[in-house]
This record gives sequence, C-alpha cells and structure tokens, in this order.
Amino acid sequence: MIRAQCEVLSTRRSGSYYALTLVAPEIAEHARPGQFVEIAVPEGREIMLRRPFSIHQASRRGGWAGTLEVVFDVVGRGTAWLAEAKQHDTLDVIGPLGRSFQVPQGPASCLLVGGGYGAAPLYFLAEELRARGKEVHMIIGARDHERVFKPVEGKRLAHSLVMTTEDGSMGERGRVTDFLGPMIERTRAQVVYACGPNAMLRAVAEHARARSIPCQVAVEERMACGLGVCWTCVVPVLARDGRGWWNVRACTEGPVFNGARIWWDRWLGPGEALPVPPAEESGEPEDALAGEDADG
Amino acid sequence: MAEARGPFDAVPGGRPGLEVDLDGIVLPTPVLAASGTFNSGREMGSLIDLTQVGGIVTKSVTLHPTKGLPTPRMAETPAGMLNAIGLQNSGVDQFLEKEAPFIAAAGVPVFVSIAGTSIDEYVQVAMRVRDVPGVVGIEANISCPNVERRNQVFACYPDQAAEVVGAVSRLSRLPVFAKLTADVTNIVEVADACVRAGAHGLSLINTLLGMAIDVETFRPKLGAVTGGLSGPAIHPIAVRCVYQVARALPGVPIMGIGGVRSATDAAELLLAGASAVQVGTANFHEPEATIRVADGLAAYLSRHGLSSPAELTGRVRAMPREPDAESDRRGA
Repeated sequence: MIRAQCEVLSTRRSGSYYALTLVAPEIAEHARPGQFVEIAVPEGREIMLRRPFSIHQASRRGGWAGTLEVVFDVVGRGTAWLAEAKQHDTLDVIGPLGRSFQVPQGPASCLLVGGGYGAAPLYFLAEELRARGKEVHMIIGARDHERVFKPVEGKRLAHSLVMTTEDGSMGERGRVTDFLGPMIERTRAQVVYACGPNAMLRAVAEHARARSIPCQVAVEERMACGLGVCWTCVVPVLARDGRGWWNVRACTEGPVFNGARIWWDRWLGPGEALPVPPAEESGEPEDALAGEDADG
Repeated sequence: MAEARGPFDAVPGGRPGLEVDLDGIVLPTPVLAASGTFNSGREMGSLIDLTQVGGIVTKSVTLHPTKGLPTPRMAETPAGMLNAIGLQNSGVDQFLEKEAPFIAAAGVPVFVSIAGTSIDEYVQVAMRVRDVPGVVGIEANISCPNVERRNQVFACYPDQAAEVVGAVSRLSRLPVFAKLTADVTNIVEVADACVRAGAHGLSLINTLLGMAIDVETFRPKLGAVTGGLSGPAIHPIAVRCVYQVARALPGVPIMGIGGVRSATDAAELLLAGASAVQVGTANFHEPEATIRVADGLAAYLSRHGLSSPAELTGRVRAMPREPDAESDRRGA
C-alpha cells in the first residue's frame, strides 16, 4: 500500500465512460489485476471521502511505463469532479489495494465476464492470463453500445469474444448471462472471472457453481476508507465448510472473492435458485476470514 | 510512564513539546486516532509512522464475535458521513490473540474501546484487556448509536451510564474514559454521573444519530435505516459539549472528538476544555491526519508563544461584555 501524489497524464472519454491515466510508477509496479486505488477528491467541497477505482491498466514496461489507468462513470459529485481533471493536475492516490484475481496453475481455458465499466479490470487480467499462456475468452456486455467498454480491445486480447447489449445496438441482444451457458460449453471454460453490477456477479457465480467451475468475482460495496479500517464495505462470506459466515471486508479480503463463498441472499436480498443459507449459528470468524489463497 | 521528561518540557529545537498529561496518562501528542477509524493501527501502520500518533483508541471490542449490520453501511452527507457498522468485531478472544501482540510492539499508547449489551459484558471485556502491554486505559463506548434498541445506549441515561463506568473502573483498575453522546437533553448530567461513578475522564462526543434517504428509490441510504453522523458537520456540537462539560467539571480530563481535520479544529476543542483530541473520519481521507494535526498544533502554539497544549485547555475567554443571566445558565 503506497500513498503517492500522481500527475494526470490524460483524461478522456471512452464511450460513455471516462478513462484517467496517472503517472504512478510505484503503485503501477505492484498493481495486480483486480486490485484498486483510492483517489482523494478535494476537500472544501463538502466531500470527505476518497473514491475507489479498480485498476484498468498498470504499465510496468514500455513507453508508458509507470502509469496507471482507471475507468469510471460519472455517478456523483466525486466522479464529476474527477472527470474534469486536467493534464498535469496532481491527484492524491493510495494503492494498490485489495486482493487480486488468482491465475490458475498450468494451461487453462478462462472465461472473463464483464458488465458495463466492470469490464475495465478484466482487460488487465486478460493481458496477465495471456502472458502466462492461458486461453482467454470474454463476454462483454452493457445496456447499449455506448456502455460496452473497449470492444476493440476485447477483440485484440481474447481468443473469442461475445458482445451483448440489452437494446441490441451492438453484438448480441440480451445480457451477458444469457450467453454464459453456451460460452462455457464452447470454450470448455475451467475458470470464470467476473466484474460488473452485483446482480450480474450473482448470476454468473450461480451459473459457475451449478457447473462446478471455480468462479472469482470482483465486487462493489459502499466504501469509506478502502484501507481496512472503517468496516463499511463488508460482504457476507460463508465459512469454508459452509457452516457459519462472517461479514468480510471487500477492500482488504476482497474485492475479489470466490463466487461460491458469497452468501448472495443475505447480501443482495432474496433471489431465485440460491445456495441454501446456513443456520444462524455463531460464525467462526477465523474460518471465513482465512479467505482465499495468496495471489496467483 | 514517562518519568524522564515532564509533560510540559519543550522538545529540543525550540518547538513546543506536545506531550500532554491526562491526569496521570502521558501521551506524546494530544492528537489521537478515534475508535472505529484505525482498528488497532496495523493497517494504517503500513502508511504512516504510528509512533508519531498521540495514541490510538481501538475499534470497540465486545465479549463475543459481533457480525454487525447489513450493508449499505455508509452514506456520504454534506461535510460528513453516516455509518451503521453495528460494532462488528471478532470478539475479545480474537482481540487478545491478534491485536494484543501488535499493540504491545506498536510503540504508541493505546486505549481499548469496549462495548457490550450489559454491564457484565463490559466488565468481562475490561478484565481481559487490562493487562495487555501498551494499553494505557479503557474507553467505555456506552454511546454507539448503532445498537438494536435505544435503551442499549447507556449514555442516554445517567444512572445506567454511571453503573457501567463505575463497575468497569472499580474492577479493571484501569483509567476509564466514558465516551458520551450529544444525543441527550443534558450531557453535563450524564458526564457528572460518570465522573462520580469513577470515570477517569470523558470522551466527547460519539457520532450523532442521523438518517439519509435516496429520493429516487424512496429507500433509506443505510441498511440499518439510521446511523451515526461524523465529520466536520458535527464539529461545533463537539465544541459545545466539551465546553459545557469542562465548565461544570473542572479538572476532569476530556478528549474532544468530532470533525477534527485541522490544527484549528483541535485548538478549538482544547480551548473549550479538552486536554486531548481524537481524529476520526479525517483518517479515511488522510491516514496521517493525526500527525499533520499535531504538527499544525505545534506551529500554532509557537505562534501564540505557548509552550504546551495544556496551556490551551479550557482557556476560551468570556465575550467582552457582562454575560447576562440567560447565557450564564446555558453555559453551565
């Protein structure tokens, strides 16, 4: 975890999103796919808290070495301010934060599922997977073509790619989850990664679970600090043996979780065909907190 | 504790010494990290030098593991935020196993914040943590707003507050600071009851119970519906509470808490009557806020020709006119 004053290299539109590139050599050096950064927005505007952003790219080599890119949608005052950041502005950044996606051992067929700007960290992951000789397939979807994040980049990185839009303005009409089953079969996916709206993550995790395929999801939850001290961003996670659960910090033990271990019902409210909730016995926090294995 | 140097000696180099003495508890600076914003310091310790922090008040520890409230647990509000965590923590056993060794080695004075649903729970936790090296005192969190029933907020009732604080003080034999809420008709009455019961000092104030609603969905912004308001928005209320209590109970050490993010905010609380301050929400934005505020306070003291933060405590002046009977009554 590093705090750095980072120069803005560029801010630009990417479809309906904003892409912000920062000069952040120390953070970029350590960043792994799935991790995030906390960016301070200025005080004196009635805003107190930093804003978390998952890392879209971290360049450690080449002409753009030492840069970090994040992608966001303008959803409130903080992101509205950030969208106005100018080249050579300085931003106060803490990162890299959280646990990254794990890369499987040996050759494997990997399916990456991204919704909206949730696709952003998956490109970072895809590059990592390719570099380690894995097969990469992607499903990238959004409401409309403006919100499908970097479809060209997807074509470049993935061995195969399905794009979906709810309005049919690009690729297939429908949601990413509509194409999940056939895609898993066609690609013989051995591991599924997902990032996007929480409801989408839940559906992907359930698909994967039904097929006994390991699934890692990068979640989003309201977060005050991102540093592990405020306990606002928790997700209910089942103990390894399925008995008991604990509220686990998305910023520290996440944001990447094993999709099968999240108690979706408790977190997002009742849905269909969900894992049976465990008895409300005393949770062994130790067990749930043991979390996932170390970064791949 | 720190016999070598008196609390009011200036440090070499002419900068005013920041050491403060809370009636026997000597702290390197009067700027501590508030409960629930720092855990026990481990995470922040990877970003800042903890030995520069005046002290750490741990996240509240309960007897049993506590899972806390459903999300969303946070909503940002103008100049502040609401939180509804519900005292999530792994319980005192885990605290002793995981946090105690860290605290013992951290090189910073630590107050363990304790919470519970009964007097017995407070006492049991206090008895378990009292011998942890590095622990200089207990902060009895009897004012967390995020509990199931309002009658569990002991600090809303002078007699109940006194009972908890009295039992913890008597049995633990550690100095106990009672953390109080401003969500009462008369905070002086509660403070007085706590001090009479044996409180070493007072921590003023906890978050204020608040609520925010998403007008698009018509739903509360917090999973628990209501939550505790913190941040600069509550600073003037903290100043008022410290002032009222300090005037009524001279000599009782007070830690002022509420929206501190600058040396000015800290000085205000000291002038109102606090001997130390705690920084809370500002830590989320700036992990070294406690250190920056302490540095700023040193500069402020220099500028005013003062040699110690203690010279500020309670030194707020009367308005330059004869106070009328009405404002006198309010002030007391």
